[in-house]
Amino acid sequence: MSSSTKAATQSSWYKRNEIAVTPWLFLLPGVAMFLLYVIFPIFQSINVSFYEWDGLGEAEWVGLGNYEELYWDDAFYVSLRNNLIWLVLYLLAIPAGLFIALFLNQTVSGIRLYKSLFFFPFVISQVVVGLVFTWFYDPTFGLLNQFLGVFGINPINVLGDERYVTYGIIAAGIWPQTAYCMILYLTGLNAVDPEQIEAARLDGAKGWRMLWHIIIPQLKPATFIAFVVTIIGALRSFDLISIMTNGGPFGESRVLSFYMFEVALSEYGFRMGYGASIAVVLFLIMLCFIAYFLYSMYQDDKGGR
Amino acid sequence: MFQKSKTVMASLAATVALTTSVMAAGHAKLEGDLVIFSDMSNPAPRAVMEGMVERFGALHPDLNIELTVIDREAYKTQIRNFLTANTPDVANWYAANRMKPYVDAGLFEDISDVWAEPELADLASTKGAMTLDGKQWGVPYTYYQWGVYYRADIYNELGLNEPATFEEMKSNCQAILDSGRKCYTIGTKFLWTAGGWFDYLNMRTNGYDYHAKLTGGEIAWTDDGVKATFANWRELIDMGAFIDNHTAYSWQESLPFIVSGDAAAILKGNFAVPPLREAGLDDSKLDFYQFPAITDGVALAEDAPTDTFHIPSGAKNKDAAKAFLKFVVSAENQTLINNGDNLGQLPVNAKSSVDDDKFLKEGFEMLSSNSPGGVAQFFDRDAPAEMAKVAMEGFQEFMVKPDNLDKILARLDRAAKRIYK
Repeated sequence: MSSSTKAATQSSWYKRNEIAVTPWLFLLPGVAMFLLYVIFPIFQSINVSFYEWDGLGEAEWVGLGNYEELYWDDAFYVSLRNNLIWLVLYLLAIPAGLFIALFLNQTVSGIRLYKSLFFFPFVISQVVVGLVFTWFYDPTFGLLNQFLGVFGINPINVLGDERYVTYGIIAAGIWPQTAYCMILYLTGLNAVDPEQIEAARLDGAKGWRMLWHIIIPQLKPATFIAFVVTIIGALRSFDLISIMTNGGPFGESRVLSFYMFEVALSEYGFRMGYGASIAVVLFLIMLCFIAYFLYSMYQDDKGGR
Repeated sequence: MFQKSKTVMASLAATVALTTSVMAAGHAKLEGDLVIFSDMSNPAPRAVMEGMVERFGALHPDLNIELTVIDREAYKTQIRNFLTANTPDVANWYAANRMKPYVDAGLFEDISDVWAEPELADLASTKGAMTLDGKQWGVPYTYYQWGVYYRADIYNELGLNEPATFEEMKSNCQAILDSGRKCYTIGTKFLWTAGGWFDYLNMRTNGYDYHAKLTGGEIAWTDDGVKATFANWRELIDMGAFIDNHTAYSWQESLPFIVSGDAAAILKGNFAVPPLREAGLDDSKLDFYQFPAITDGVALAEDAPTDTFHIPSGAKNKDAAKAFLKFVVSAENQTLINNGDNLGQLPVNAKSSVDDDKFLKEGFEMLSSNSPGGVAQFFDRDAPAEMAKVAMEGFQEFMVKPDNLDKILARLDRAAKRIYK
């Protein structure tokens, strides 16, 4: 009798709190995974960055030693500088994607085919993009220099010259990224309100004014997402560098993520602690953007309610 | 039941009799699984590896051999994962300092007992490269000479001879440059090719012992000897001896220049010969010479990198693994796998015969009789991994911007102080 009463109170506790508890039960698996595979490794990396560790033997506590070394490390500043160049130039993919989307947002026969052709670079692997551009840039046999040769311009060793190499890789990276932004804007353009366009047209808006004052404000959600994915894409630009230059010539095309890989995980890299400290710096840079994104999403949410 | 076990016994006895008659008596019967991870992923080495597994399997029919071939470059980063987590019984790697991180971490098995057996006495010449802390950590299976592979037809056309001194090397180079070609092709995208040039220039300028001390961290990178080496290198660079834009190429991508005759020579290991032959350079067009002397009185020393097999300490079937290692280094197997149809390199067993190939014979001759100074492994195997990386990046930068030398050497010196502490 008493046990059944207890059972009844237990089930009634759940019943009473069902609305509050059930969402958390549904969230639980996801949250647990997120904590285990995202949040926990962040703290683990921060912890490793205080040690000198080759990944195999005993770790030795060095405090802030790794960060002190970073401070004196020229290669670190080169990577940091390249990261900034990436961040700025990669954003060109957003306007480029917008204009291709505007261009393709029309109804002519076969437009689906053109759309898929423009989207194609995003579908193929980054490795393939890297290889294609490597051959394109080849100083002796590459298409680019054959083309320049027609105009009597001497070959430019894009990927072998420390002045051009980062820009050369970014150009390769922008190609698929533009396609990604284009697809985001194409879906955004579908949602543009035709009545507003009609109204603007009656008021005499056209061309740039129409675009700037009517279309682009309505594309704000698409722009936001394009901005987010482009920033993240720029910060994790790793595969193209690995394929096209392997960080070279003499480390001039490295970015932080590649430098981290190189010191910690590559053929000659056995410095987990140092790699982790680079990762922490990269994380702090990303954190600025993440905080901004979360904040603006939170503001949107509040505004929506 | 009784009947059945009797037949099993009989067949067992038959197999034992059969196998013992096939192989030399005295081997224990091997059973279970033998897991081999190999980095021999290029077509010819892959065929060799598969052939060895097949022949070893035929000797030990009860042994289930699982061979996993991993891309050679990817292997270099994967090895530390599989040595700690998913350990094979046998794994490929490289000799000398290159195996030190794994030896220090206790991930390679000490196989000094195998080396103590009489069959391995014939490997004495490579024992040093396999020894760390007075113990042996693996067995070699092949090695190869380095040297200058050159276009004999271009040399004939210009009336040049194989150089014996640095002066001749430079005057040859000037003649080649005057004919509108480059002297040497090189692709430094993956850095280590520049390490080969540094090895030779430094061993010829300062000698083997100096080079060994430098890679061992006993001599500072700002030392005058190192500067002399770079001064010699700079003479070649200032002449324009190397192809332009070499930072954009891997070594494979640098080969077309020598094939087309735009460059007359390449400093490389013997593994460059098969692709060059395939590209159409037969033995009348392609020839070999030893890197010429630079400083008088410095004994000639060579690079001869050794590729190896190891037993990870986490291996489950160590008996079979040791038997496989002994099989690999046996004189008969060494002769077979290193011949021109297979690896096309030099056998490590003194009782093996070197294949009747122009380059192999010349290389073997050079290493056994004309390398009194010593035999080095290679820059990235003699120096610790981190030092090799920083230094080879410096070499590449030097080849493009020789004016940065002081900055580069200061950087290497700073790195050395941290790495060799």
